[in-house]
Amino acid sequence: MKIVIIDYGAGNIQSIKFAIKRLGYEAVLSDDAQEIENADKVIFPGVGEASSAMKKLRNSGLDKLIPNLKQPVLGICLGMQLMCKTSEEGNTKGLCIFDVDVVRFSENVKVPQIGWNQISSLKSDLFKGIAEKEHIYLVHSFYAPLSAETIAKAEYDLPYSAALQMNNFYGTQFHPEKSSEVGARILENFLGI
Amino acid sequence: MLAKRIIPCLDIKDGRTVKGVNFVDLRDAGDPVELAEIYSKEGADELVFLDISATEQKRKTLAELVYRIAEKVNIPFTVGGGISSIEDVDILLQNGADKVSINSSAVKNPQLINDLAAKFGSQCIVVAIDAKQIDGEWIVHLVGGKVPTERKLFEWAKEVEERGAGEILFTSMDHDGTKGGFANEALARLSTELNIPIIASGGAGNLQHFTDTFTLGKADAALAASVFHFKEIGITELKEKLKENGIPVRL
Repeated sequence: MKIVIIDYGAGNIQSIKFAIKRLGYEAVLSDDAQEIENADKVIFPGVGEASSAMKKLRNSGLDKLIPNLKQPVLGICLGMQLMCKTSEEGNTKGLCIFDVDVVRFSENVKVPQIGWNQISSLKSDLFKGIAEKEHIYLVHSFYAPLSAETIAKAEYDLPYSAALQMNNFYGTQFHPEKSSEVGARILENFLGI
Repeated sequence: MLAKRIIPCLDIKDGRTVKGVNFVDLRDAGDPVELAEIYSKEGADELVFLDISATEQKRKTLAELVYRIAEKVNIPFTVGGGISSIEDVDILLQNGADKVSINSSAVKNPQLINDLAAKFGSQCIVVAIDAKQIDGEWIVHLVGGKVPTERKLFEWAKEVEERGAGEILFTSMDHDGTKGGFANEALARLSTELNIPIIASGGAGNLQHFTDTFTLGKADAALAASVFHFKEIGITELKEKLKENGIPVRL
């Protein structure tokens, strides 16, 4: 199985690479269109600020490539947010894969949300074997509200999307690579799709 | 619901753990990676590695260690100790650290917080503040509490938040090492006045201290070293107790 992690200079990809290695696979980092298109599975990571990350995608033409991928694609954290329609962070236009606008948490709660929260209302094969209310690790200030594409909910201030799915595109707001055994199982599920 | 976090802290010197660690089942008691794996299996929510070495090769040794930890450990970890530039942080994050913690360098050059937050995002910048009370006022100290500064705790904490820190790790030097409980009054004030997560540190001695720091101290996370290293408190037992006391934890 050929697993490609999209390399556009956005964040901690070493951890994802290691998490995949712990599952017995090798992932390669690439920004090469052909290599990404030929992969069996594509992981779209992201840490940092939305508008500058989007700029990097546009500069490399990856913004055109990603929405047209046919194989399973998993966006993680900011990666998932960039797959949405827009983000309030830096007034960013996203890749419009998920039909939802990313907004900031209100002042009612501490921002960023950092730590382990629970996921519920789990749908899709991504959560095969995962019990309701398991804990996963998140770090974020912006969130995708609930929508028709929500496949897992979390609650912080209000219920929101912990994961989204549209056809072959999956996104998790949490970091499966940092979510202990539960996260490893979710990553393994993705690789098995 | 967001869980309260339990964070063991490991002191590192030249790539090895420093403080005596009382784990009989360790093959190599000085290997931070092995210890990290054990803590992670016991249910630690995060780990902090504090590098106290002062050698020329410090940067390289630490980067290699971070790489080895990231390879094995599937929970988030923070690295601190002598970090003073964008380059320092870049190397650690690239090798797999999730967050970095800065302390003295932030006091000496507060702009560093802005620069790091802009370059890497607030979520990976923890600012550690050591303080103790002098004439009833909480004063920020450097060099492990030895050197007082001009800065007052609550003002400095507010400034740190405004400059873009994602979290504050507050250690009360009055409580550190006493095993008499955390500085809950100061912690509660930080938690109320600021809108970023606060990690409590210094004073952990028994199970009740952790409950208190989450309720009275309104802390988001609690960090401790020796009570975990010497097995005075087991992480699983601690979390079960917290749950019993109605505190949300990951079990």
